[in-house]
Amino acid sequence: MTALAERPATPTRRRGNRGARTLASRFLGYAVLVFFSLVFLYPFVIQIGNSLKTEPDAAANPLSPIPDQLVFDGFIRIFTGTNFPLWLGNSLLVTLVATTGRVFFCSLAGYALARLRFRGRSGLFAAVIAVMAVPGVVLLIPKFLVLNQLGIYNSYSALIVPLLADAAGVFIMKQFFESIPVSVEEAARIDGASIFRTFWSVVLPMAKPALITLTILSFQGTWNEFPHSLVSVQDPSLFTLPRGLADLVSGSLGKGTQYPLKLGAALLATIPVAIIFVVFQRYFVRDANDGSDKG
Amino acid sequence: MATNMLRAAATATGGPDDRRRRGRRGVRANENIAGWLFVAPVIVILGLFLLLPILMALWVSLTDWNGQGSPFTSQVPFVGTDNYTRLFTEDGLDRRDFMTAIRNNIYYVALVVPTQTVLALGLALVVNNRLLKGKSFFRTAFYFPSVTSSVAISVVFLFLFANSGAVNSLLRMFGISGPQWFADSRGVLHLLLGVVGVDSPPTALTQGGPLGLTWWEWLSGPSVAMMSIITLVIWTTSGTFMLMFLAALQNVPVALEEASTLDGASRWQRFRNVTLPMIKPTMFLVVTLGLIGSWQVFDQVYVMSQGDPAKTTLTPAYLSYRTAFRDFDYGSGAAISFVLFLIIIVLTLVQRWVMADRDPDRPRWGRRRRRTPEGSAK
Repeated sequence: MTALAERPATPTRRRGNRGARTLASRFLGYAVLVFFSLVFLYPFVIQIGNSLKTEPDAAANPLSPIPDQLVFDGFIRIFTGTNFPLWLGNSLLVTLVATTGRVFFCSLAGYALARLRFRGRSGLFAAVIAVMAVPGVVLLIPKFLVLNQLGIYNSYSALIVPLLADAAGVFIMKQFFESIPVSVEEAARIDGASIFRTFWSVVLPMAKPALITLTILSFQGTWNEFPHSLVSVQDPSLFTLPRGLADLVSGSLGKGTQYPLKLGAALLATIPVAIIFVVFQRYFVRDANDGSDKG
Repeated sequence: MATNMLRAAATATGGPDDRRRRGRRGVRANENIAGWLFVAPVIVILGLFLLLPILMALWVSLTDWNGQGSPFTSQVPFVGTDNYTRLFTEDGLDRRDFMTAIRNNIYYVALVVPTQTVLALGLALVVNNRLLKGKSFFRTAFYFPSVTSSVAISVVFLFLFANSGAVNSLLRMFGISGPQWFADSRGVLHLLLGVVGVDSPPTALTQGGPLGLTWWEWLSGPSVAMMSIITLVIWTTSGTFMLMFLAALQNVPVALEEASTLDGASRWQRFRNVTLPMIKPTMFLVVTLGLIGSWQVFDQVYVMSQGDPAKTTLTPAYLSYRTAFRDFDYGSGAAISFVLFLIIIVLTLVQRWVMADRDPDRPRWGRRRRRTPEGSAK
């Protein structure tokens, strides 16, 4: 309370005493912010600019964002000379199915862990926490082994099924369900609604913010997912965008560096996440803040 | 009926009573079944694609499986802990590669973690400045790289650090001729020693050293090629950590800073003695998350350098992948994975242990937060 009330008052009082110093520090502050905005955003500007250049132009003036002569060669060749449309389709399919499944299964499990009283619940929750600590990169070989053993290596199931659940998602949903009041659910249950019905038509509609957060995180996670596609498929017709991009870079293009094309393809792969980021920014920010609150 | 339900709920939260079999079986029995049904999909998927595979890989790390057929037949030679001992005790290429990867990753961690932490905190302090406008724009700008695809960003940085790329033309503007980043395996520490006149290594350092590398090799520093990956990672992760610091800074009561200013504390003293202690838990979180994350670097290495030049960008994560999927030595690859797993788990446990240790502090935090109105705490 005190903090809020004092906030606007103090700077005014101070400005009287040391106006010059404040002005200088404000200028310095903006200088730092603008400099780092350039550092963080200019690479994207360069990427856009150079994807619209000819190859010699990109090699001669890599820093300049403005093409000597605007050409769409790179983009045309992305769609005619590479498997980009196929990768895009695969990425869309994998992301949509995996995100839908992940949001549904994680909400179910999160709700059960938050509300339903069943034998082994606390043990299960401890297991979820433990699983969250398992680093993804050490699962490369293990995942390959199990997909191989199950006979689904090199298939859409291999790309999608392992992504359908994730411990962090369960954790987020459980935390959220615990924060909403029980009374509404109880009313529904007393009225004779089944547990699933209560969950589906009473609880889930209340959980919209958490569902949006989880949807966005899953979308971003599966859209950008690279190592998993590396160990689950090998057939170029099953490549997702990140896998296809990595393949372009490692030399499947043939002659020349072809940077305009590569930058253009990387740009197209970035755009969906960029749009979601701009539209739903506060959900991303909330997630990062939750991280620090947990600590 | 309704009161019965409520009483059931009340006893259920009471702890030990929970277990007591209730006379009315309805609700409880239902919840038992429903509970397991609700968690079943997640259990099946995580069990099948996380726990089971780890056990399978543990078995494979004890064999010489080459990728042909199933690793779980009697034809696959069982070699015991050979794959592990070869990484540590037997002199040979396996140990050399593994130790090189460990060395590279240690230098990587030593540069990435402090730099990203300091940069993130610095940016958070500036963005948090009450006198500046346009915060949300700057926050967005700094955070944006963190949400993009690691592969797509690696492609951009390949271009930036190309021989005729943006970084080298920027350096040329200052009269510096940049290196051929991805072909340059020279260690940065070696280069620095070269600057002060130590051109050839002293023989004492090349004669021997621990774990299969000479002292001189251990002391190489990150290679020039690795520096470009380090730059990329710092650039992508600083934004996330900045947001964490920002959240913590917004919880520092303004009154406290004001009081210290009135007491005549300089800006640095205020930061050192007031702000820093208040955000210590977040600082710790950022450092440990950084440590955990930076032992997992893989995507960038795969796209940008594949461990080259001269194995100076090899990391344990990439080495385990390469050993298994390029050299078809799945046993060794899995063994490397488990050693890496152990390193990361130890770091995670340290983090959780210290975080839990801080919990006695919690009531104090709670009290302070309760005094601030709803919303301003967030």
